[in-house]
Amino acid sequence: MAARAHVKYMTEGEGGLSAALLAGVLVCLFAAARAEDAAFAFHAYLSAAASLGGLMLVLSHFAGRDASPVPQEVNGKPNYNLGPVKFAVIASVVWGIAGFLVGVIIAFQLWAPELNFGLPFTNFGRLRPLHTSAVIFAFGGNVLIGTSFYVVQRTCRARLAGELAPWFVVLGYNFFIVLAGTGYLLGVTQSKEYAEPEWYADLWLTIVWVVYLLVFLGTIWKRKEPHIFVANWFYLAFIVTIAMLHIVNNLAMPVSVFGSKSYPIFSGVQDALIQWWYGHNAVGFFLTAGFLAIMYYFIPKRAERPVYSYRLSIIHFWALIFMYIWAGPHHLHYTALPDWAQTLGMTFSIMLWMPSWGGMINGLMTLSGAWDKLRTDPVLRMMVVSLAFYGMSTFEGPMMSIKAVNSLSHYTDWTIGHVHSGALGWVAYVSFGALYCLVPWLWNRPRLYSLKLVEWHFWVSTLGIVLYITSMWVAGIMQGLMWRAYNALGFLEYSFIETVEAMQPYYLVRALGGVLFLTGALIMAFNLYMTVRGSEAEEEEQVPVLAPAPAPLPIAAE
Amino acid sequence: MTTYHVLSQFAQTGGLIYFMLLFAAVAIYALRPRNSAKFERAARLPLAED
Repeated sequence: MAARAHVKYMTEGEGGLSAALLAGVLVCLFAAARAEDAAFAFHAYLSAAASLGGLMLVLSHFAGRDASPVPQEVNGKPNYNLGPVKFAVIASVVWGIAGFLVGVIIAFQLWAPELNFGLPFTNFGRLRPLHTSAVIFAFGGNVLIGTSFYVVQRTCRARLAGELAPWFVVLGYNFFIVLAGTGYLLGVTQSKEYAEPEWYADLWLTIVWVVYLLVFLGTIWKRKEPHIFVANWFYLAFIVTIAMLHIVNNLAMPVSVFGSKSYPIFSGVQDALIQWWYGHNAVGFFLTAGFLAIMYYFIPKRAERPVYSYRLSIIHFWALIFMYIWAGPHHLHYTALPDWAQTLGMTFSIMLWMPSWGGMINGLMTLSGAWDKLRTDPVLRMMVVSLAFYGMSTFEGPMMSIKAVNSLSHYTDWTIGHVHSGALGWVAYVSFGALYCLVPWLWNRPRLYSLKLVEWHFWVSTLGIVLYITSMWVAGIMQGLMWRAYNALGFLEYSFIETVEAMQPYYLVRALGGVLFLTGALIMAFNLYMTVRGSEAEEEEQVPVLAPAPAPLPIAAE
Repeated sequence: MTTYHVLSQFAQTGGLIYFMLLFAAVAIYALRPRNSAKFERAARLPLAED
């Protein structure tokens, strides 16, 4: 009726997606009625509601849009599609704070176990995957999807492929996060690290991820810029590899199509190897390749300097992706995994040091000619410090992969410290830097609400990271040494509970570090919120009077 | 067992050569003087505004 009045017809995408979502509502309601366990019924109702919500969004999008298709260019400039990017930016801040908060809670639980209040939902075993997934997949994933959609449009000079597809990716991905997170709280897990969601959530993520790949490839396909910028190569490696890892590691057989439990098709050491092939490449391609893409776009942009060596970036890319994929077995030293496979994993981990540092140096040297900005621009400083942490954790990682070192470090809190120097120092800091850049760009604000608050964020959370990683180093090495201490008669010197007791003070320091990091993130959320609202704090002395940039010096490397 | 041997044999010979050649191709592409103007421009891609 309304459609006829405007002589407006549904596109194939709108019609197809509406039909699929309508079918989704019915299938989910049917599954909910037949559900064999309460958690599955809950997720089926949740999915039905989400499908219905999606259907309404598609219909209201159709009702609200012009009859003619969205122009690809306006006044000769690409008509960038920034709505999905804005959504991902907001989602990443919200999920980030939720994830950091859960991390703080479980850190305090380790210090005082009574803080789980004896409830199943707040048990450490359920909250820990909630924390890891919230920070890696919800916070990090939204940053990656948002920045990738922004960077691919800008560097290809083309509007995102598809109108509904980018929204499907962003909303569908966040719905996966909701399924995963509520599942953990209800005890739904397949117990694979970083791959805890059960089979139906995995299937849903596969659909979303394939659409993500198609949107990204489609945008590259219709690019106006002939060269594909290196950041897009990193994003593409991230998307393709995560698809492969996700599918292989989650091959499982559900006990019932109406139940939440499934069993993996691999068993024993094969399952362990595939899990850590997945797990380590989640680090390599999700937490590294994707964020290196952010580095290659946002650091040059913010520093207003070209990429230091584009040649190095090409070698960096291929060397990194060729080597990372082999490093997984270092998680299985001294296990039933064949010795040669352990040695292979260790060797590739050590070789990885080179491309990692090559990339770090490339990012750092991009500041040549603009080092003074480190003093005046806390956002750039945050991104540069993220590279320093990247360099530190990519040195520490190969070192810990050496079997002799691993015999001390494995299963101890040293590993937790290592992971967090990478996650807090590298991934989160480069993400914060990108968010601080993106919010004024997306909402058309001249600058951030307050650079002073960015300074506060920077120093408060840096202190938090330092407390976190130093306490975990000490706790972890102490723990490892206590485990291997023998007395004169050849008996173990310490019982296990004595090693736990010895770590309690370090757990408190770690939790306080987490509180500081969370505080920093809250400062950022406030700053970004005020920026979107369009206010600017009164900071006369902060407003940098931009002196004309000195003529760029010829740079040796290029 | 034979499949395993065939695969590991290939990985240790053909696979090694394959990866070495691929990496050499990447290095040649990246370092070739002819490409330097193209990379010079590409390095400035984030800075170009529209």
